[in-house]
Amino acid sequence: MEMLSWTGSLGTLLNPVATAHFIAFAVALVAQITMGFFAAEVKLQANTDGTLMKRGGALGLVENAVKWLFLVLVVVVVIYVVGGLLMPYGKAGIIGEMSKRFIPVWIALVATFTVSIIFKRKLGLYGKLFDSMIGMIGFTLVMFWVFTAIFVGVFDLIATHDPLSQISGLKNAKPGVALPEGSEELYANYLLGGDNLARDIFSRMVQGSVIVIMIAPLATIFAFMVGITLGLPAGYFGGRLDTILSFLANLILAFPVILLFYLLVTPEIVATGLPNYMASFLFIFPLVFFGVLINSRFYTQPKRNRVLLAVVLVPLAVVYLSVISQTGSPLHIWPAALDLIDIPGGILVVFVSVVFVNSPTVFRIVRGLALDIKTRDYVAAAQTRGEGTWYIMLWEILPNARGPLIVDFCLRIGYTTILLGTLGFFGLGLPPESPDWGSTINEGRKLLLIYVHPAMPPAIALLSMVLGLNLLADGLREESLKD
Amino acid sequence: MGLFILRRLGVMILTALCLTFIVFWLTNLFPNLEKLAKTQGNARMSDEAVVSWLENRGYSQPTLVKYGEWLGVLPGYVIEAADGTVRGRCAPSGTAPDDTTATFCGVLQGDWGQSTVFRDDVSSIIGTRLGLTGKLMGFVLLLMIPGALIIGVLAGMREGSRLDRSLSTVSIISTATPEYVSGVVFIAVFATGTFGMQWFKGTATSAMDDATFENIFLPVLTIALYGMGYIARMTRASMTEVMNAQFIRTARLKGVSFPNIVLKHALRNALIAPFTVIMLQFPWLLNGVVIVETLFNYKGFGWTLVQAASNNDIELLLGVSVVSVVVVLVTQLISDIGYVFLNPRIRIS
Repeated sequence: MEMLSWTGSLGTLLNPVATAHFIAFAVALVAQITMGFFAAEVKLQANTDGTLMKRGGALGLVENAVKWLFLVLVVVVVIYVVGGLLMPYGKAGIIGEMSKRFIPVWIALVATFTVSIIFKRKLGLYGKLFDSMIGMIGFTLVMFWVFTAIFVGVFDLIATHDPLSQISGLKNAKPGVALPEGSEELYANYLLGGDNLARDIFSRMVQGSVIVIMIAPLATIFAFMVGITLGLPAGYFGGRLDTILSFLANLILAFPVILLFYLLVTPEIVATGLPNYMASFLFIFPLVFFGVLINSRFYTQPKRNRVLLAVVLVPLAVVYLSVISQTGSPLHIWPAALDLIDIPGGILVVFVSVVFVNSPTVFRIVRGLALDIKTRDYVAAAQTRGEGTWYIMLWEILPNARGPLIVDFCLRIGYTTILLGTLGFFGLGLPPESPDWGSTINEGRKLLLIYVHPAMPPAIALLSMVLGLNLLADGLREESLKD
Repeated sequence: MGLFILRRLGVMILTALCLTFIVFWLTNLFPNLEKLAKTQGNARMSDEAVVSWLENRGYSQPTLVKYGEWLGVLPGYVIEAADGTVRGRCAPSGTAPDDTTATFCGVLQGDWGQSTVFRDDVSSIIGTRLGLTGKLMGFVLLLMIPGALIIGVLAGMREGSRLDRSLSTVSIISTATPEYVSGVVFIAVFATGTFGMQWFKGTATSAMDDATFENIFLPVLTIALYGMGYIARMTRASMTEVMNAQFIRTARLKGVSFPNIVLKHALRNALIAPFTVIMLQFPWLLNGVVIVETLFNYKGFGWTLVQAASNNDIELLLGVSVVSVVVVLVTQLISDIGYVFLNPRIRIS
């Protein structure tokens, strides 16, 4: 096999067109923005034939040009992707081959969008997301990585090589390099080249998404559980409880995040078992949350209450105990035979420190929302009915605070992804051969001035994922403000 | 107002004490001390040797006592080792304490201790490094604050216009790009020949003595970009709120021209909220400084933090955390006080 170029035979025709288009688009955009400064506001004018007039003159022309050029640019990008799907192996270059590897993701994305758009009026806030362009772009980016993680992690589909296997001779090889003759690998090229240890960068990048998609949302959910369980009473009761909890939250927030990571994630501290004790404290909050949630609502029907509590709390308790108890750490309290989940030590430490850093912010947000909502009439009505305080907090205040919380949840997953990357960037927590994006950026930056290609794919992957979450949060905020 | 500041100062000192104690406790856990003993003494020390090494140097005292000594409220230890050497906390290393050595030597007395990595006084290391980081931060603020305010004001003055939408997208992109991503991309594009735009230097080591546009622009841009988006979004939100206010409508109805409305009526009122945000951004900037200084090999405060933390250099790490905690708390205090001064609607009795 010969080396692949970026765009293959598709590029000979399409590359000049795409470049010219891109330049035209950039010029038009700049022209539009500069002219926009001096232009008067658009006033709607009714013409005699009953139509409304848009902005005319040079600026109107440029605005139209920007719109059409942008559409054509999108079409060109789509041709690159679709062309790669249709052409035989190696003809459409690296971009085409990557697009072929992502076929399951494309199918899943198209299916999700078709179903969602058909039923969007019945899907509540999620459906409304498809009314906002920004929200849809964000959703696409996020779901792209979610599906990638699922297909790589569960079905073992997209990756071309094993993320840890090395092939000699491909150290720091350029993107599209062909495997040496006689190697037994099924796939004939390193699509994005080889890294410093001659591993396939493309496979490592898609494998990295599995780690990020696994840890970031879960850690954010835990942080929300902690923040909600502590923030609601702090805001609702106020007084000394609020003072103490707020002081503790500010204490953690005043800590420089990186210093905290360095202090918590070093092997010496891990050896003392401190992260395990912290995990046993932080992970108890979901149990408390669900216990109180069910009990406060159903305590008047003891039979149903007991059944529900047992159904929810027993599995959670088993999971809790098997997560915090680690063989070989000081906190080993659960028999190994019943240990369902064995989280590798590094991941647990990273998880705990990310939850620990995020929960005070969530606490502050929930506390602020609770302070605001507890003055509403429906809370007063519930108080007059004689509802319990926890019922009011969890079943009256919390559902009414969901809008801002959902938006913050999206933003916070993005922030957690950034934090995970920071940990990887400093080589903390996860093992150095781990393919997560932070660690691979850290690996790549060491030779960045000589070889650019190993660091770029994980950097762009991380950027697109966080950007997607931010856009998604923006779209959700816009749509939830409309009603 | 005076009482408010006093109370805030009290809370601040309490927070600082708690935080330094946490750092002290974490760095003084036994595995950390064991590592310290092995790096300082002999890598192949036996367990007993480690224990006696630590005992002779006062590390085996109770944590609270050690913390008190470090703080300077308890007298420094004087310990006689089994072989007869006498070591004192306040005596210079290698000499025995005599009548002239001070009883108290801690942070309160201005003695920050010795760095075990750099073999130098902690206070002098932190002084030089802070100066270098101060230089970097000065450039960052010069780029970030005007840039963010201009973007925010332009986006917020006509809500929903295309300019607003494109500038908002730019600020979302910049908040979604952590420093280690933008830094890597900038180095790849502007400091290597890959894309034919080798305009800047990929390391900022030379900027420590002699900062030129070529060697300091990329680190400055990297830090500034991440913070800029957030401040710009806050400015935009505040600007749109002001532009919808009654007094702006009155001004429009009076026939004041649009530029005059923006510059003379809206701008001052719209800049109150961003002020607090800028102040509260300092802790995040510290984060960015650590990443960027590591990435660009600029040996400032953030770089020192990484060195101290990865080598468990206890006294230096404590010094670094005191400084960073104080920076965070002081900016919080300034933002609170400034907010009260700027916003006539808030009065604290």
